[in-house]
Amino acid sequence: MKVWKYGDDINTDMLFPGKYTYTCATAEEIRPHLLEDLDPRFAAEVQPGDLVVAGKNFGCGSSREQPVVGLKAAGVQAILAKSFARIFYRSAINQGLLLIEAPEAVEAYREGDAIELDATGGVIRVAGKPYSFPVLPADILAICEAGGLLEYTRAKLEARR
Amino acid sequence: MGMTFAEKILARRSGQDRVVPGQIVIVRPDHLLTHDNTAAIIGKIDADLARHGLVDPSLPVIVLDHVVPAANEKTAAGHKKVREFVRRFKLPHFYDAGVGICHQVVVEKGHALPGRILVGSDSHTCSYGAVGAFATGIDRTEAAALLLRGELWLRVPETIRITLRGELGRRVAAKDLVLKIIGDIGADGANYAAVEFHGDLAALDFDDRFTIANMGVEMGAKIAVFPVDAVTRGFLEGIGAGEERYEPVWADADARYAREIEVDLGALEPLVAVAHTVDNVKTVRETAGIEFDQFLIGTCTNGRLSDLEVAAEILDGRAVAPGARLLVLPASREVLDAALERGLVRRLVAAGAILLPPGCGPCLGAHMGVLAPGERCLSTANRNFKGRMGCKEAEIYLASAETVAASAAAGRLVDPRE
Repeated sequence: MKVWKYGDDINTDMLFPGKYTYTCATAEEIRPHLLEDLDPRFAAEVQPGDLVVAGKNFGCGSSREQPVVGLKAAGVQAILAKSFARIFYRSAINQGLLLIEAPEAVEAYREGDAIELDATGGVIRVAGKPYSFPVLPADILAICEAGGLLEYTRAKLEARR
Repeated sequence: MGMTFAEKILARRSGQDRVVPGQIVIVRPDHLLTHDNTAAIIGKIDADLARHGLVDPSLPVIVLDHVVPAANEKTAAGHKKVREFVRRFKLPHFYDAGVGICHQVVVEKGHALPGRILVGSDSHTCSYGAVGAFATGIDRTEAAALLLRGELWLRVPETIRITLRGELGRRVAAKDLVLKIIGDIGADGANYAAVEFHGDLAALDFDDRFTIANMGVEMGAKIAVFPVDAVTRGFLEGIGAGEERYEPVWADADARYAREIEVDLGALEPLVAVAHTVDNVKTVRETAGIEFDQFLIGTCTNGRLSDLEVAAEILDGRAVAPGARLLVLPASREVLDAALERGLVRRLVAAGAILLPPGCGPCLGAHMGVLAPGERCLSTANRNFKGRMGCKEAEIYLASAETVAASAAAGRLVDPRE
């Protein structure tokens, strides 16, 4: 598992440039441009199970969902950050991508530190030391557990028929 | 204890007497705004729409604006798909390429009214706080789910109260005010929160309020909202929306706030957001002299009639500096029409401006006005992120229409009060 470490205020233009927003919509189209203006190595080298660690206000800016769709499709296990911008936060729920808001864990992390994750328990261990993070309310978690908002919506619609 | 604007409207619309920050509520928004991204949104749910239908044809407001007219085959095909969707479901609220930038159009056409809840698959949906609506951005997947079910969850936000005192000085703009706030509290200073504006608001005209609410998301805010007063009612009257059409909501006097901020308008001066973050705010005085290759007046932040008016006034009898280019994009066809009527377009073009069709294109590097490596642009837009105008080796600075116009004539940053 590789940890990709970035700073504060990483906006969605850096995660997926605006110039592609009306020509790339599917995960396959998005993948090659992921983090293009932030880290040119990322798209080629990211592996399933990798983790992204970042500072405050991760995902600020445009409401484009391609960063979340792309990171989820690339198999990124979770994003650990000091805080997330609100549209990005919703977007992650909609795609079932785990976000971990744990500022102290980010502060503690040093390159090479082992990170262990207990998503359901709301605990992340950095170099063996545990940090708790807020788990989503049950109603919202149900969206992630359904596999994302569209799957959740389809189940609701079918139940109503 | 009283409620804030957000608490009150979310309580009312979720059928509860009161709600508190942190609570999750389910609401049915009055409208869902989508734009060119409608093609991708409906692409996710083609089969679902065939099986379950659309929840309500009057829910979506669709405006083609991001890449207009289409730049290539792919964007043209996207627009075509949207037009077919509109015809198939007989959608009453569709505005094709050329009508204007979605946020301007939603307001001009009376879809955003006081007390309404609107969501949109665009982060600057928060603009409608200018008319006292609860309005916020969502992503494409959520827009798709809304077209099918018509409801979504919202977390009741904490609220920040910003009280404005005094009046803005000559050629100090609402843009300078909102840049000042963002510079002070930071790009995440209002993250997850609602922002309410109080105090001396009478001197802020409707365009000013639009500019300020528009940039709420640049401080992280979920909504940025103004009370409904004579200015709002006057504007709404002008677009044919009389008071019988809406029910304003506002905070109680004893509402509880997470944070309170006061801003002295009289102490403000022209500001710029220096590349590459919106909260990297400096005074024009301390950054004056920096040279630019391109200038842009337009976007949902500052493409309205008052912006074109002040730009024409400043550029009268002058010309865009040699070697520089000035792009002007009116926010809508109505703005363009009024600017033509008043002779503003002739004056701007005479000064050397390049007139582009109403739309978003250059602001997000999606269409026209793209920068080259090493170039620098001074823009009235709301974002100066790295790569935003299509090139990651270019720099974008943000300022008011006043500052951009004055600087365009000089080819470098100058104080518009000079």
